[in-house]
Amino acid sequence: MKVLVSVKRVVDYNIKVRPKADGSDVEIANVKMSMNPFDEIAVEEAVRMKEAGSATEVVAVSLGETACQDIVRTALAMGVDRGLLVETDERLEPLTVAKLLVAIVKREQFDLVILGKQAIDDDSNQTGQMLAALLGWPQGTFASHVLVDGDRVQVTRETDTGSQTLSFQPPGVVTSDLRLNEPRYVKLPNIMKAKKKPLEKITPAELGVDISARLEILTVAEPVQRSGGIKVSDAKELVQKLRNEARVI
Amino acid sequence: MTILVIAEHNNSELNAATLAAITAATQLSDSVDLLIAGSGCSSVAESAASVRGVSRVALADAPEYEHQLAENVAPLVVRQAGGYSHLLMSATANGKNLMPRVAALLDVAQISDIIAIESSDCFRRPIYAGNVIATVRSKDPQKIVTVRTTAFEPAVAEGGNARIDQIEASGDTGLCRWDGEEQSESSRPDLTQAEVVVSGGRGLGSAENFHLLETLADRLGAAIGASRAAVDAGFVSNDLQVGQTGKVVAPKLYIAVGISGAIQHLAGMKESKVIVAINKDEDAPIFQIADYGIVGDLFDILPALLAELERSVNRP
Ligand SMILES: Cc1cc2nc3c(=O)[nH]c(=O)nc-3n(C[C@H](O)[C@H](O)[C@H](O)COP(=O)(O)OP(=O)(O)OC[C@H]3O[C@@H](n4cnc5c(N)ncnc54)[C@H](O)[C@@H]3O)c2cc1C
Ligand SMILES: Nc1ncnc2c1ncn2[C@@H]1O[C@H](COP(=O)(O)O)[C@@H](O)[C@H]1O
Repeated sequence: MKVLVSVKRVVDYNIKVRPKADGSDVEIANVKMSMNPFDEIAVEEAVRMKEAGSATEVVAVSLGETACQDIVRTALAMGVDRGLLVETDERLEPLTVAKLLVAIVKREQFDLVILGKQAIDDDSNQTGQMLAALLGWPQGTFASHVLVDGDRVQVTRETDTGSQTLSFQPPGVVTSDLRLNEPRYVKLPNIMKAKKKPLEKITPAELGVDISARLEILTVAEPVQRSGGIKVSDAKELVQKLRNEARVI
Repeated sequence: MTILVIAEHNNSELNAATLAAITAATQLSDSVDLLIAGSGCSSVAESAASVRGVSRVALADAPEYEHQLAENVAPLVVRQAGGYSHLLMSATANGKNLMPRVAALLDVAQISDIIAIESSDCFRRPIYAGNVIATVRSKDPQKIVTVRTTAFEPAVAEGGNARIDQIEASGDTGLCRWDGEEQSESSRPDLTQAEVVVSGGRGLGSAENFHLLETLADRLGAAIGASRAAVDAGFVSNDLQVGQTGKVVAPKLYIAVGISGAIQHLAGMKESKVIVAINKDEDAPIFQIADYGIVGDLFDILPALLAELERSVNRP
């Protein structure tokens, strides 16, 4: 099985972003950027498939500005064989990313694409499902367990009421949830080795995809802030406050 | 302008999340249809027909929809989509799984998880774990939107009188096979609907200690929630995770016990009306958004709280 994983460069999950003064976007100058945490999980799963012998080759792709190659290098250091960067300075929407991924899948005939369930910047949770739709492939979204068993891929998914298990014959799409695995730490020698692994750059135009945006971001603003409350000294005072002041119990 | 809402249900009951999506739809137009795809789900159609604001219920009842596989449901939605200005569904796990598949088939850029409607093409939605709110305009001729259910009041479930139309099923694509499922059993109220939520974090220390929270929840008629750390540690099941990547809740009262208050957790509960935090670390970020905080060991405070609730009930 040839596996593709997508890795997005996002503001690190520990950072609390703020809107720019003019409200046009969020301020990301001088902010720490990292691989989307769900994509780390996706990479880990793909690398484990390679180690288990069920994947023959694992390729990582990132789409965005030149700096996204750092994220691809991280994936290479985690054990991915080769990298791709679809280079553009334009803001990409999930539908556009899905279309670009379709072009890549068709160019190289992948059997399985693993994505994160959600990018923690736009919080869209769309790309994997859109990719599966455009390819006419099955989708195992929000995966907490993936089992490659003979000619089938079985995916256990997190749902609102527990979990569901599905299976399909590749080709297919999987999106990772938090509990799929714990990504490995990258070791220094592997970072050095990753520098020698191939990383190819292509443009959306070369892939023949129109990347013009359908969604216009008019403003970004801070949400209404909660005003801080008070500390109470003990359970007795808490119950009094909840009953007589807040009137919620 | 007519809106199509895709219903969420379990083949016997309409999920309350759908009622929030219907409210969002009625803010856009007076003409709202509901699509139900399921198997043996005529009771869902009947209750849906009495939801106020719904004009017509389209019912596709066929075995291929039993498990809501997106591969089978999406083609049906696409076939029904013609003539509708907007397609809406609740931003639940099912809505998140299905709607992007529909959107891509219709070549529409979806707008996820809206919290407000500005106009027919303009919506507000949280991004970056709710640290900022984006106002987004769609240039697509048709809009595909998922709705954050805590941001819209549920539509009134009775008093409506919609027509029910049986529609033809779209068939089994055979792309995906359902192998089974595990449903978490609970006699407590549904986490996303409950008026009171009692949530535990890593501070609880073990699955056994979660029983302390259960006693409190039973006392308050509350649902149980959890932080990611508590779920990852196996204290409780995944469907109890509250946060950016779990469930979003906005009860009247949210009690966070042994939860530090990471941004990803706050994203799922900071719209609660009253927030209580119990934490032994007085600098825990959860206190910055809590209306009432108690600094101390939860293993002392929880029993005291229970005793106090009992006592003050017996002596009103
Ligand atoms: C991509 C991504 C998505 C995420 N999504 C979510 C999400 O949806 N929901 C979510 O919750 N998290 C999410 N997280 C994780 C989040 O960043 C935090 O790691 C998590 O919320 C921490 O959980 P916690 O507060 O239970 O644990 P901790 O941060 O370890 O806090 C435990 C708290 O318990 C207190 N404590 C310990 N013992 C006691 C005691 N005896 N009495 C009183 N207090 C005590 C401590 O003081 C501490 O404040 C996500 C992270 C990432 C990277
Ligand atoms: N620009 C991008 N580059 C690489 N992967 C992406 C990009 N955008 C989205 N993805 C993938 O799609 C997943 C879901 O993103 P989203 O639909 O934006 O929430 C992410 O976890 C990534 O795996």
